[in-house]
Amino acid sequence: MRLETSPVLEVNKLSKTFNSFQAVKEVTFELYRGEILGLLGPNGAGKTTIIHMLLGLTLPTSGEIRIFGLNPEKSRQREKILSRMNFSSTYVAMPLSLTVRESLMVFGQLYGVKKAKKKIETLIEQFDLKESANKAVRTLSSGQMTRLNLAKAFINDPEILLLDEPTASLDPDIADRTRNYLIEIKKTKNMAIIYTSHNMNEMEVISDRLLFLHHGEIIARGTPAEVVRQFSGENLEEVFLKIAREMEP
Amino acid sequence: MSFRRISAMFLRHTYLYRHSFTRLIEIVYWPLLDLLLWGFVSLYITKLSAEGQSTPNFLGIFLGALILWDILFRSQQGISVSFLEEVWARNFLNLFVSPLTINEYLVSLMMVSLFKVVVVFLVSSLLAWLLYSFNLFIIGLYLLPFMINLIIFGWSIGILTTAFILRFGQQAEVLAWGIAFLFQPVSAVFYPLAVLPGFLQVAARFVPASYVFEGMRAVIMGQSFPAVYLLKALGLNLVYLFLVLLLFFHMFKAVRVKGLLAHMGE
Repeated sequence: MRLETSPVLEVNKLSKTFNSFQAVKEVTFELYRGEILGLLGPNGAGKTTIIHMLLGLTLPTSGEIRIFGLNPEKSRQREKILSRMNFSSTYVAMPLSLTVRESLMVFGQLYGVKKAKKKIETLIEQFDLKESANKAVRTLSSGQMTRLNLAKAFINDPEILLLDEPTASLDPDIADRTRNYLIEIKKTKNMAIIYTSHNMNEMEVISDRLLFLHHGEIIARGTPAEVVRQFSGENLEEVFLKIAREMEP
Repeated sequence: MSFRRISAMFLRHTYLYRHSFTRLIEIVYWPLLDLLLWGFVSLYITKLSAEGQSTPNFLGIFLGALILWDILFRSQQGISVSFLEEVWARNFLNLFVSPLTINEYLVSLMMVSLFKVVVVFLVSSLLAWLLYSFNLFIIGLYLLPFMINLIIFGWSIGILTTAFILRFGQQAEVLAWGIAFLFQPVSAVFYPLAVLPGFLQVAARFVPASYVFEGMRAVIMGQSFPAVYLLKALGLNLVYLFLVLLLFFHMFKAVRVKGLLAHMGE
């Protein structure tokens, strides 16, 4: 449910071309506070490229991004935007020799978190990292590493959170707890979340709205039920397979 | 023992060399540098005995050169290896999606580099004194400008290396370990510039470290050393630092356009 009418993030005709390959084609969408927007699509659909452009890691070829009304391509505005956002990905890790607590302390400082120690202890508790808090990051299991990444993502109480396959290496129990935590925090903190996953059940449960991407284009958008209906499928999994297999150029 | 399995492993490594230009270059790079360096050291010693000159304070000259060279090397490593630490840890993205700016990141690398240099300098000076009764501080007040010049030159090489790793990825990682040594023969670390052939002497005039090592030898041997050489070294250093910073920022923008920054260390 949208709690505000003005979006916190606006993307207008965003495109990205790598040499002759067009990874993202004129994508337009908005993100509102208090919603989880799922980015869905087969490998190479452009999901990660869009997230990287939103974070300013990759510069767009054309189009416009506005986050909190600011332009992330301008370095001073980017700094302001990033202090109110955060990101977590299964494919990104943390300094290996540092302990969990030390890693979080570094990011606490980078994000200028006040009362960082207290915040870190809360996150350690929330993400079930108490037993590994003083262990070196290199000794963590992949599940613990994902939880540490998520704890880092919440360190600055972000207003916008970008999550790239955050539950990919979690066991079903921790994955379910993480999803529930995200749904809860979205409501309580009125947070806006962009979420990617290849787990269709997860996308159906967690997303308020979906953007279905294929070959860099949005081919469907709406609530999970609307997207399923649009392709006359039973569920998202069926729709995904249909699109991935039948819509090849 | 299976010859098939042994040859499979041999094949695995030949494939590696086939696909890695930097590994191929390494095969000739290190032997060439060693040959140049020790060849010129030998020439220097041969020349001294042929001319019947009195033997200089080799202990001071070599130990002093070694400690000062380490300042340059650690200064460079403080930048490029600290950068690589983030790449190896796959932490690079986490840093650049935080409010940390690229300028702040570079300054932090310089601070790390400075810290490493101070620790290495103190430890090596102490060890040289304890083990060989060599007191580096006989260089006196010159020591500070010598160190400053070597640190800045090390930063320039470090930032240059980092720019290449940013652009060409981890296959350029080998530069972090080897590029400083490319400047060693023309820096005249262990022998005077006069030992080098003419064209290398000309090249050495553009290497700030060569003025420092010439100066260090002159001071240890009790000869005069024109202070203007230190200003020349500083001038060159500032120009190089400015140029490598320009290149670094250009590369940083280029990798964001090409989408390579996002894949750094993934």
